[in-house]
Amino acid sequence: MTELDVGAATGPPKGGPRRVRTRGGPGVPLPLLLPALIGLAFLIVPLVALLVRAPWRSMPELLTSAEVWQALRLSLVCATAATAVSLVIGVPLAWLLARVEFPGRGLVRALVTLPLVLPPVVGGVALLMALGRNGIIGKSLDDWFGITLPFTTTGVVIAEAFVAMPFLVISVEGTLRAADPRFEEAAATLGASRFTAFRRVTLPLIAPGIAAGAVLAWARALGEFGATITFAGNFPGRTQTMPLAVYLALQSDPEAAIALSLVLLAVSIAVLAGLRDRWMTAG
Amino acid sequence: MTETPDTAHGTRNARAPHRTPDARGHGPDGSGTGLDARLVVERGAFRLDVALTAAPGEVVALLGPNGAGKTTALRALAGLTPLSGGHLRLDGTALERMPPESRPVGVVFQDYLLFPHLTALDNVAFGPRCHGATKASAREQAADWLGRLGLADHAGAKPRRLSGGQAQRVALARALATRPRLLLLDEPLAALDARTRLEVRSQLRRHLADFEAVAVLVTHDPLDAMVLADRLVVVEDGRIVQEGAPSDVARRPRTDYIAQLVGLNLYRGEADGHTVRLDDGPSLTTAEALSGPVFVAFPPSAVTLHRDRPAGTSARNLWHCEIAGLETHGDQIRADLSGELRLAADLTTVAAAELDLRPGAEVWATVKATQTHAYPV
Amino acid sequence: MTRTARPTGRALQVAGAGAAVLLALSGCSSSDDSSSAASGSSASSSDELSGTVTVFAAASLKESFTALGEEFEKAHPGTKVTFSFGGSDSLAAGITGGAPADVFASASPKTMKIVTDAGDASGTPATFVRNQLEIATLPGNPDTISSLKDLTGPGLKVVLCDKEVPCGAAAQKALDASGLKLTPVSYEQDVKSALTKVELKEADAAVVYKTDVHAAGDKVEGVEFPESADAVNDYPIVQLKNTGNAAAAKAFIALVQSAQGQKVLTGAGFLKP
Repeated sequence: MTELDVGAATGPPKGGPRRVRTRGGPGVPLPLLLPALIGLAFLIVPLVALLVRAPWRSMPELLTSAEVWQALRLSLVCATAATAVSLVIGVPLAWLLARVEFPGRGLVRALVTLPLVLPPVVGGVALLMALGRNGIIGKSLDDWFGITLPFTTTGVVIAEAFVAMPFLVISVEGTLRAADPRFEEAAATLGASRFTAFRRVTLPLIAPGIAAGAVLAWARALGEFGATITFAGNFPGRTQTMPLAVYLALQSDPEAAIALSLVLLAVSIAVLAGLRDRWMTAG
Repeated sequence: MTETPDTAHGTRNARAPHRTPDARGHGPDGSGTGLDARLVVERGAFRLDVALTAAPGEVVALLGPNGAGKTTALRALAGLTPLSGGHLRLDGTALERMPPESRPVGVVFQDYLLFPHLTALDNVAFGPRCHGATKASAREQAADWLGRLGLADHAGAKPRRLSGGQAQRVALARALATRPRLLLLDEPLAALDARTRLEVRSQLRRHLADFEAVAVLVTHDPLDAMVLADRLVVVEDGRIVQEGAPSDVARRPRTDYIAQLVGLNLYRGEADGHTVRLDDGPSLTTAEALSGPVFVAFPPSAVTLHRDRPAGTSARNLWHCEIAGLETHGDQIRADLSGELRLAADLTTVAAAELDLRPGAEVWATVKATQTHAYPV
Repeated sequence: MTRTARPTGRALQVAGAGAAVLLALSGCSSSDDSSSAASGSSASSSDELSGTVTVFAAASLKESFTALGEEFEKAHPGTKVTFSFGGSDSLAAGITGGAPADVFASASPKTMKIVTDAGDASGTPATFVRNQLEIATLPGNPDTISSLKDLTGPGLKVVLCDKEVPCGAAAQKALDASGLKLTPVSYEQDVKSALTKVELKEADAAVVYKTDVHAAGDKVEGVEFPESADAVNDYPIVQLKNTGNAAAAKAFIALVQSAQGQKVLTGAGFLKP
C-alpha cells in the first residue's frame, strides 16, 4: 500500500529579526577574570620594569643621536618592505593553501610554518646557505648578475620577510578558510576568471584578515634580530636595525640599550595603535 | 551547498517511468535553440542522472526533497560541479567543457551571495564589467536593470542594508545583467519570510515571464514551482520521477513525495470498474471506471470523520481508523490516521473539538467516490 | 645564553652530600681568600671535594674548559662541573644579576671589571691565558692576505667583531696602532659569528682570535700579523663570592692554572700569560 500524508510543508521563515548581541554582562566569572588579569600582568610588568629602570636623564641625548635615528629609520623601512614582500607573495600562497587541493598540501602547510619554530639564527644561516654568496641560489645570482645579498639592506628585508611571512600566511589562510568560497563561484557565474574573482571579490572580503596578518608580520619584522644579524650582518646605516643596536648596546651600556628599546617600543605602539583604529575596529 | 543524497519519505512502489510522454513536446526546436542536457554526476554512492530539455522562454522547475540532487543539477548546469557523463547543449553549443565564467549562464543563488563589499549597483555592474564593458557603461547597464526591477532607489545601498526581497531582486538583476541564455535560480524564495515570499513570488513570476531565454529553478516548495514554472520536473534520489505541466503533476502524482507535496492521499491498486483493490489493503470505490493498475488520489479535505459508525451514509468508502497524530495548520487540523487505511484528513478546529479527537482515539473515516480521482499507472 | 641547564635545587643537593662538613669547609676556605687563587688548594686531598662547580666561561674557552672539566671530575670523583659558555658581557651581566655561579672566566679584563666592581668576586682575578688576534681567511688564502693592511684592499669583504665586544675592541686597537682604516661589511655580535661568515664563505676574511682559527680546523686559514701584539687579550679568572662550593671552585681554578691546564689551553691556541 502506498503511504500518503500531509500537504506542502513550508519551512520556518528564515532571516527573522536579528537578535541583539549583548556584550560583557555585569558578572565576569572569577575563573576567567583571575587568569586574564595574571596574563595581563605577565605581559605588562616587564614593560613597566623597563620604564621604571629607564635612564630618563640620558634620554634626550640618546634621542638626538644620529645613529639612533639611522637605526630606527632603517628598522621602519625594512620592516615595511618585508611586510610588502610578504603581502605580495604570502597572500597568493595563503590562497593556494586554502583554496586549491593538491597532494601534499598538509606537508606544505607545515613547511610554511617552519620558520616560526626555527630559531631565527638558524633561519639566518639557512638563508646564507640558500642566498649567500656561496649559497645554492646565491652563487648563481653572484656569478650571473653580480648580486650578493648578505651584508646589504636588501638582505635585511629578506631575513625579516623570511621570519615574518608565516604570520601573514597563517592569518590570511585562516581568514580565507572562514570566508565563503561560494562568493568566488558567484563571481565565476558572472564571468569573472579565477584571478578576477580573487582580486575583486575575495581580496576585499578578506581584507581585515590581511590587515591583521600584515600588522603581525610587520611587528615581527620590526623586532627581528637573529636572522637579520646572521644573514645581513651589522653595519650602521646599512644593516644595523634597532634590535641589533639594542643588543650591541647591551654589551657595554645596558642603560643605553634600555633607552633604545623604549624608543622602538614607543614607535611600534604608536604605529600599531594607529593601524588598529584605522583597520581593525571595522569588524 | 550541495545536497547530500538521502532517501526521501516512505516506500516508493508507485515510482513513475523515467520520463512522461507529455514532456517530449518541450524539447529544443529544430534550429537548436534552448537547453538540451543529460546531467550525470557521480559522487560516492550518489548518482545524479537527469535529462533536461527546455525551449527559450520556458521556465522549468526542478522539484524534489532535500538531497534529491536538484542543487547538484543546477551546479552542473552552471559549470560549478563537473559532469561525470552526459551532455549539455545550450542553443546548439556544447557547454560541458566550458568553465563557468565562459558559460552564458546566470545564477541566482539561494542566499543570493551578493558581494557584501559592493553596493547594489556595483554588484549588478560586476557581470558586465567582467564581460568587457567599461566601468561607466557597466554602471549604466546596472542602473537600468535595477530600475527595471524597481530598485533604483537602492542602487547605492550595501547588501546588508537591503531587505530580503530587495536582495533577491538585486541578485536577479545581477544574474540578468550578463544577458544569459540560461537563467538558474536556486531556491529563489527560500530565504524569505512568509509575507515577503508571497509578494516576491508574484514579482518573480512577472520577471520570469518576460525572460526570453531558458530559466531553470530549483525548489522544494510545490507552490513556488507551480506558480513560477511552465513545467515541473520532479527529482527524487538523483532521478526524474515525474515531469509535466504543474496542473498535471498536481492532479496525477506518481510518488508519495509528490502526493504529499500537493496535499493528496495517494494509493496504488488494481482497478476493476469503479472498484480499486489496493495492493495491500481494502478496496476503494471511485468515480472513474478503469481496469488494470491505477493510482487513486483524493485530498485530505475529502475525508469526513465520525466518532461512531455512521448509519445510512451515502459514502461507499468507509474505514475504521485510529488517530496517529494531529497537527494544526491555521484554523485547520490535519489528522494522521492509521488502521485499515493510512490517510490524512483535514477538519476544522471546531469539528475536532466536537469529535473530541486526540491521539489514540478510534474514528470512522468516509470519502465520497465522487471526490476520488483514479488514473492509470 | 646558558648552555648547561643548572640544577635548580643546588642547596638541597649539597645538603644531601654531607652538608655540615661542606659548610664548615667552605666557611674556612673563604676566610683565606687573600691568598692567591693560584695557591695549590688542589694539594688538599681530593676526596674532600664533592658537589657541583658551576663555571661561567667565555665562549672561546669552550673546547679547552670542557676538556679540563672532565679531567677535574676524573681527579675528584663525586664532583660535577657544569659550564655556561657565552659572551663575556652577557655572563658578567648574569653574574651581577644574581645568576648562581662559582667561577667566572672572562675573555677581557673589562668585562671582569663589571663583576669585581659589583663586588661579586671573591679575591683578585688572575690572568690565566692570553689570546692574540689572527686573520681568518678562506681555506688556501685565495686572496693572498698576508697583513692587516691587505684587508683594506678594495673588493675584499671583511668582517670584524663589533667594537662593543672584546675581539672587536682588540681589532680596533690593532688597526689604530698601525694607522689603518678598515671598513668591514659587518660588525658581528661575537667572534664566532665573525668566524662563521668566513666559514660559510660569505666574507673573505675576519679578524678573530687565534684560538677560534684553531678551533675552526681546516674550514679557515689563519694568518698572523705583527700588529696583533698590540692587542693581546688577557683572560682573567676569579672565584665568585656567591659560591656554594668554594673548595671545589678553588680547586678548579688551580687546575686551570696548573701546568696540566696550561697545556690544554696552549694546545687550543692560547698564549701563556
